[in-house]
Amino acid sequence: MKIHEYQAKEVLARYGVAVPRGRVASTPEEARAIAQELGGRVVVKAQVHAGGRGKAGGIRLADTPEQAEQHARALIGSRLVTPQAPQGVPVHKVLVEEAISIAQEYYLGITLDRARQRDVVMVSAMGGMDIEQVAEEHPDAIVKVWVEPWQGLMPYQARQALYDAGIAREAVSTATRFLLALYKAYVGSDASLAEINPFVLTTDGQCLAADAKLNIDDNALFRHPEFGEYKEESEEDPIEAEAHRRGIQYVRLGGDIGIIGNGAGLVMSTLDEVSRAGGKPANFLDIGGGAKADLVRNALEIVLMDPNVKGVLFNVFGGITRGDEVAKGILEGIHSLQVQVPIVIRLAGTRAEEGLALLQGTGLIPAVTMQEAARKIVEVTR
Amino acid sequence: MAVLIDKNTRVLVQGITGREGEFHTRQMLDYGTQVVAGVTPGKGGQEVLGVPVFDTVKQAVSATGADASVIFVPAPFAADAVLEAADAGIRLIVCITEGIPVQDMVKTVALVRQKGVRLIGPNCPGMMTAGQCKIGIMPGNIFTPGPVGLISRSGTLTYEIVDLLTKAGLGQSTCIGIGGDPVLGSTFVDLLPLFEEDPDTQAMVLVGEIGGSDEEIAAEYIRTMRKPVIGFISGRTAPPGKRMGHAGAIISGRTGTPQAKVDALRSAGVPVADALYEIPALVKQALTNRT
Repeated sequence: MKIHEYQAKEVLARYGVAVPRGRVASTPEEARAIAQELGGRVVVKAQVHAGGRGKAGGIRLADTPEQAEQHARALIGSRLVTPQAPQGVPVHKVLVEEAISIAQEYYLGITLDRARQRDVVMVSAMGGMDIEQVAEEHPDAIVKVWVEPWQGLMPYQARQALYDAGIAREAVSTATRFLLALYKAYVGSDASLAEINPFVLTTDGQCLAADAKLNIDDNALFRHPEFGEYKEESEEDPIEAEAHRRGIQYVRLGGDIGIIGNGAGLVMSTLDEVSRAGGKPANFLDIGGGAKADLVRNALEIVLMDPNVKGVLFNVFGGITRGDEVAKGILEGIHSLQVQVPIVIRLAGTRAEEGLALLQGTGLIPAVTMQEAARKIVEVTR
Repeated sequence: MAVLIDKNTRVLVQGITGREGEFHTRQMLDYGTQVVAGVTPGKGGQEVLGVPVFDTVKQAVSATGADASVIFVPAPFAADAVLEAADAGIRLIVCITEGIPVQDMVKTVALVRQKGVRLIGPNCPGMMTAGQCKIGIMPGNIFTPGPVGLISRSGTLTYEIVDLLTKAGLGQSTCIGIGGDPVLGSTFVDLLPLFEEDPDTQAMVLVGEIGGSDEEIAAEYIRTMRKPVIGFISGRTAPPGKRMGHAGAIISGRTGTPQAKVDALRSAGVPVADALYEIPALVKQALTNRT
């Protein structure tokens, strides 16, 4: 789960990570009040998940509370178009923060190194720019240190990484405390990514998180009730949000062929097969293992919420999932949802024959293999 | 002999009294697997489908001599269950549970590796030695004994491929679903050497997907193998940054792209099928070239 900058800073502050003074605002008036309270110059920052915000005009400097209000008015309710989000992302809130006076910009990051099966801490003196670009052009400029799973990040490791990365010597002891607090926050909040870019050394010698990115491991949300309120705001697509409320794995992809299947790998392969047949999948939807009829009905409803969908392909290979349950769910869905679009169905595995028998004489288009199913759905939606 | 499990494997089910645990215990017994014990804390002394239930893994092992364990324990308690099995001397642990926090697995995997215990999963369908032993949730009826070994990151895709192989007259030796999580007890490269040494396996199918670099690492090892390997990568049309169900199936930044995986495998001499249905023909071709 991705959370917003202001939420990440709330979490980090709880673990003693130094962040600039500031608060989030949902209205221009609130932004003005916060600016008033902070005094002096402030920055008004659009709260969106897409990167490249600054260049897109999503971060604005204000000298007065009036100006802060104007910036907030321009941002809230607008769509921010960034290189990462060319279609634009809606801005609902802005973070109003004290402007800080920057001496140096660095980079700190902690994430899982999958190949080494442990967390990696990354430090670079080349902060404030796209870290993937730094990694590509100046790989030596990123110092990495791997964390022993049962031991955690040790102070000497943090120190060593900061010295090796070329952080200003006089800042290293403060930066070490900062990095250890960041690691504590990463572990404590079950994060999958904690990134401070830029990590700022101010002209008066403080270390501050000018920006903050924190992604939380969805699998660990059960032990973090405090993130419940963040969950809602992490959703940007309304259909995805509705699917997740119903406990359905759904990702919207922008095409016009709805896809429903069981198992992530099988569904991904179905998307590949439909693309090979010349179609454009509208979504990824995995009903998981052992799905009952009402879940199947729900899945169909979710897929049809996307107005672009011109046809739906079911691809189910039953192991624990039973073909007759899937067929019942499809029939219920067709009746209760008054489905107008063509549906191609491919059932194999456990109780597939019983399922296909139930679907006979219904106008659904049967297919024996995944390949045939993909070809048929592309034909009927063309 | 096959890989890791055969008809002599004595299986323990952790979480046997749960709905899933009991259902799949029945399926495993029906397949002929020797399920010798179950564990659910607080339910020791009961029986499930004639299998004795114990309070701890330690008790179960000393009473029954179980040497492999399969875990159906809910996610919040699953890492603890793996560690309990490892501590009780179980040498092969298959963790079916989905949704275990990554940080739990980082610690657990580090410890089981240090102890030399083999962990398959988590978030996996388990493993099968066709005609001998089924541990986990794969549908037994699609398998038939034969010379093809399979390692896969996906569950249902494994069934799809096994079904295609069986229908093409290609039986299987051992099939292992390694799981869809970012941190796994066993990766391709941990298991390929076992198939390379297995006299029952003549050819391998490796089923990868987007995310991580396990396929690229496997490709390096495959260069040194004598047995032929056929590859398949799912998620070739998946957009970057979107998580496709499996926690591990996400293209982040410049790592985990399908093209990098296909290229790495092909450059190691692995024929990579563009579509599933091409797999049996490629396997047949590889078996013919070998003899």
